[in-house]
Amino acid sequence: MKNNLVIAGVGGQGTVLAAKLVARTAMDAGLAVRTSETIGMAQRGGSVVSHVRISDAPIASPLMPPGTADTLLGFEPGEAVRCLPFLKPGGTIVVTPHTVAPVAAALTETEYSGSAMIDYLRRCAGRIVVVDGDAVCAEVGSPKVLNVALIGAAAAAGALGLTLEQIEAALRKSLRPKLVDMNVKALHAGAREAAKGKP
Amino acid sequence: MGNEAIGLGALAAGVRVVTGYPGTPSSEILPTVSARNPGNIHVEWSVNEKVALEVAAGAAMAGARSMVTMKQVGLNVAADPLMSLAYLGVKGGMVVVVADDPGPISSQTEQDTRTFGLFAKLPVFDPATPEEAYEMVIDAFELSERHGTPVLFRPTTRVCHGNAPVALRDTAETAAPVRFVKDSRWVIFPRLSYENHIKMEQRLPVIADELSGYRFNTLAGAGRLGIVTQGISTGYVGEALAILGDAVPPHKVLRVATPHPFPKRLALDFLEGLDRVLVIEELDPYLERELQRLAGERQLPVTVLGKASGHTQLAGENTVSGAARTIADFFGLTAAAAASAVLPDAPQLPARPPVLCAGCSHRSSFLAVKRAMRKRRAVFSGDIGCYTLGNAEPLNMVDTCLCMGAGITMAQGLHVVEPNAVHFAFIGDSTFFHSGITGVINAVYNRTPIVVVVLDNATTAMTGLQPHPGTGDTMMGEISTKIDIATVLRGIGVRHVEKCDPLRLDEAMAAVTRAADATSGGVAALVFESPCIHVAPPGSDYVVDAEKCECKECIIKLGCPAILSVEGKAWIDNSLCTGCDLCAQICRFDAIHAVKAEAGA
Repeated sequence: MKNNLVIAGVGGQGTVLAAKLVARTAMDAGLAVRTSETIGMAQRGGSVVSHVRISDAPIASPLMPPGTADTLLGFEPGEAVRCLPFLKPGGTIVVTPHTVAPVAAALTETEYSGSAMIDYLRRCAGRIVVVDGDAVCAEVGSPKVLNVALIGAAAAAGALGLTLEQIEAALRKSLRPKLVDMNVKALHAGAREAAKGKP
Repeated sequence: MGNEAIGLGALAAGVRVVTGYPGTPSSEILPTVSARNPGNIHVEWSVNEKVALEVAAGAAMAGARSMVTMKQVGLNVAADPLMSLAYLGVKGGMVVVVADDPGPISSQTEQDTRTFGLFAKLPVFDPATPEEAYEMVIDAFELSERHGTPVLFRPTTRVCHGNAPVALRDTAETAAPVRFVKDSRWVIFPRLSYENHIKMEQRLPVIADELSGYRFNTLAGAGRLGIVTQGISTGYVGEALAILGDAVPPHKVLRVATPHPFPKRLALDFLEGLDRVLVIEELDPYLERELQRLAGERQLPVTVLGKASGHTQLAGENTVSGAARTIADFFGLTAAAAASAVLPDAPQLPARPPVLCAGCSHRSSFLAVKRAMRKRRAVFSGDIGCYTLGNAEPLNMVDTCLCMGAGITMAQGLHVVEPNAVHFAFIGDSTFFHSGITGVINAVYNRTPIVVVVLDNATTAMTGLQPHPGTGDTMMGEISTKIDIATVLRGIGVRHVEKCDPLRLDEAMAAVTRAADATSGGVAALVFESPCIHVAPPGSDYVVDAEKCECKECIIKLGCPAILSVEGKAWIDNSLCTGCDLCAQICRFDAIHAVKAEAGA
């Protein structure tokens, strides 16, 4: 078993916690795991990329070379495009279509369209699951569960090599009790979205 | 996380005193110890790295195990005590953790602490993974204590911020009670330094020989070609060799985990019978130079390739694919084609540089100074912290940035050359305590008129919200004396000191003008007090009345990530807005208002 996952997003979206959750689940399953984060200088607003490598054999490097990710998890469509070179041919993309507009775009009035990004991703991916992250967040009642919802979608799509039940168990272990219900709900809502988004 | 592994390793080694100053990528080590403090460990964020190292040195002289943590540029601040401590030595094991940052990802320099170890004549450990970091930090304490020398422990960003399962030891060493024993060996004098210099030079080859057998210095393979690597590059090389697969000719691989003193005996075993060697390392060509020197000394017929020879990249981080290309060239293989398919041209992506957060009071502080100085010649010296991001458009309010504390002092040099301009120096609260105060004293003493603007957001925001002397809470969970910055400024002779809330723009602008006018009497200071939004967000959500919106000044002048342009009008993203009110204050059409909290909500 071997799974390379790249998580692309914007500071503040919970990409680092998402990587930790997947890593925790893999660890609990007795697998080897290495992760590495590239976070910009600010607390928020910059591009954030996490690499998560899971294997039943020892892993040498925490960072993967381009063209080797089995799955690309996009918390933001433009950031998913930015990390696309990591995806292997025929790899899976799980992405939300909702953009986080960068300050530069507002300043220069540059058009930045999420649907153009999704169209491009669709052309490049072996398989793409577009998850309505906003809908899940609205359903659960918190903007902070996008990360868990996308992991739910990726797991349901079989893109992580880990089951929803395994992830739920890790969530229950690692979260503060009052956050558990909300996140478990988001995990399963994300999974249902994935089923809807199937081509 | 690698940083957690280092903290846990120190706990397992029976550390008694842990000090440090936050700095990416080292910041999580010290809180790891603090969170698991059984109660007998003194843990403190010190005001700066020099102080941190000295506190730890005192404890180690008394015989306790101590650790100090910092980033690589922090070692420059702590260089003075470290160089002298190298001569005096320690009684209890002392590990100086210095995190290097190849890239650099969030640092001013790409300096290499291995080279610092060479300069300071101190042993250096260079872990490759979080698992190793845990084990090696325990080894580092043991070596330090046995040889009576402080030891440098040098992880890099990818080790610090990498995560992997780490097997923890069952038992932790318990620290035996110790007591300082008075002895002339703890008082540095030229005569003692001379004698100790000789001892240091004699000790290093002994340690080098010992480390040639160290479990993390590894030599594998056979053949006439060799690859040498270190740290995180060990993993990259391993993976690159796996990618190149069966095409790879017989070769040896040497991994050096203790670059100083260089494990010469092991390196000679490695060089034996080799024709060519490729060194893959980050930052300085440290191992490359050591191997060249050794080859020269022993007149070995071997060519050492690396950075100096132009075979590997001179700066920045290594990668798996880069290592694969370099190794393929070295072995004379056609580089394995990258596995990635050729992608169609991507749509244009917007740049996403880090920005000041929505509602960050620094934005307001910068705008107040910018507007108040609109008609005057003014130079804005910046410093290290979140507020360095004030350099970006549309604020564009950072003209210089060098290192911690340098804004205040460089403004003085700038004043000497251009006395008719108003020279501002922006500095954060934590940086003020770190190295700002001496610079202000210098300006007061030398009668250099500058305006010091302290951006006091009540935390060390950039590195993850650590407390500092102005916040009054400590890593021991105690409430301490809260040191008031304005009182400090008055105490060191600044006559014009004013505190104000930068989120009230008009009042802040008036305060800026008063401070600029007060420089005829010497140094003037403003303390802009407004907590970081991650500590206390200022208020409720705001909305734009699209009917009234016309100027879009809020977008053009503020660069706030919560304000977007939607169908030609400003629009506020309430998932980001923290209610600072700045946009409402600058809107010329009165189009922005707070959302009234609903009754009962």
